[in-house]
Amino acid sequence: MALKNERDFAFKSLLLGVLLTLGLMGVSQQSKAEYADVVINNYADAAGMRPAVFPHWFHRIRFRCKVCHADLGFKFKAGGNKITMAKIIDGQFCGACHNGEVAWSVENCAMCHSGIPGTPTHFHGSTLQRLVAPAYKPLDAKKASKK
Amino acid sequence: MNHKNKIMMLLSSAALAVFAVLQAGQVVAAGAAGADKPLMLAEVSAANIFNRNLKKQKNPNAPPWEDGIHDTTNEATFNLQPPLEAYKGLPKTSFGNHVDWVKALDQGLIKPRWDRLDSNEEPFVMDLDIVRPVKASVPDVVFPHRQHTEWLFCSNCHPAIFIPQKGANQINMSAILLGKKCGVCHGKVSFPIETKTCKKCHSKPKPADWKPPLSEATLKNPWK
Repeated sequence: MALKNERDFAFKSLLLGVLLTLGLMGVSQQSKAEYADVVINNYADAAGMRPAVFPHWFHRIRFRCKVCHADLGFKFKAGGNKITMAKIIDGQFCGACHNGEVAWSVENCAMCHSGIPGTPTHFHGSTLQRLVAPAYKPLDAKKASKK
Repeated sequence: MNHKNKIMMLLSSAALAVFAVLQAGQVVAAGAAGADKPLMLAEVSAANIFNRNLKKQKNPNAPPWEDGIHDTTNEATFNLQPPLEAYKGLPKTSFGNHVDWVKALDQGLIKPRWDRLDSNEEPFVMDLDIVRPVKASVPDVVFPHRQHTEWLFCSNCHPAIFIPQKGANQINMSAILLGKKCGVCHGKVSFPIETKTCKKCHSKPKPADWKPPLSEATLKNPWK
């Protein structure tokens, strides 16, 4: 009898430890991506690809804003450029540099398409996003996950 | 099972819990929920926690595989450069990317191209400050063209966002916060709109004899 109780206790304490670990890991999974990272998911999810993540910080070390936003015609709007792979391989948008000459070429699919599937198009860390509920955690989805 | 084993079990579960705390970097009213109850740490009474609207960024400049938007089941995520590796030696700030990009450029620490292919092409810099008086009691705004034309071309802002004519642009902070006017970039890519950054734009002190204008309601019905 005593043996059974002890086993019970050991099992419960181990279970509690595992649960605590999992629970706190869940808490830690908040988004803390770099300021001005853009997730672009106009078409990616529907095409069975991960959404693309564009890091502004990486590109601005190498190019001034003017190169993309004046010369290449990128609008100042996340998801507003309707970029498709067809346009990129024709040398438009990202394809102006990501052609194997200025920067690495499009066969490195997963370098851009590296976002968590289902993440909506949004501008990470924007003031608007911090004022309102984060775009990537819609309230409906939270409610649905509770059910 | 002897006493020794029991202690070992307890220790191992304690170690797991400590590991979990380290992982999270924060402990939110953990509570020892039983096995039958799911742990819902973040959701419980989120409305009543201290400073619930003050979202402090934890672990800024996290590497892509820890940043919450990159998929860690994607192998290429681990090939991406961590921001901190690129920011080494750049002047720091306490907002945005935590890098003072304008200073970095001025000091020649970064040399971003002005032309897609030609690394020798120089920007067309215009050094012209525009002073915009502000109705409220905060300091007046000085808009420096120099820092902006180091990065951008005239056509990026004129005439779509700002009509290049004195008095033609009505600007207010609500519009900026919602992503219009200055907010097309500020609050998204260039420095964010926070208390720490107010004075970057609102930088010209009001004249010594300046008094806040009385509101119409007060003028009609003076407060005694």
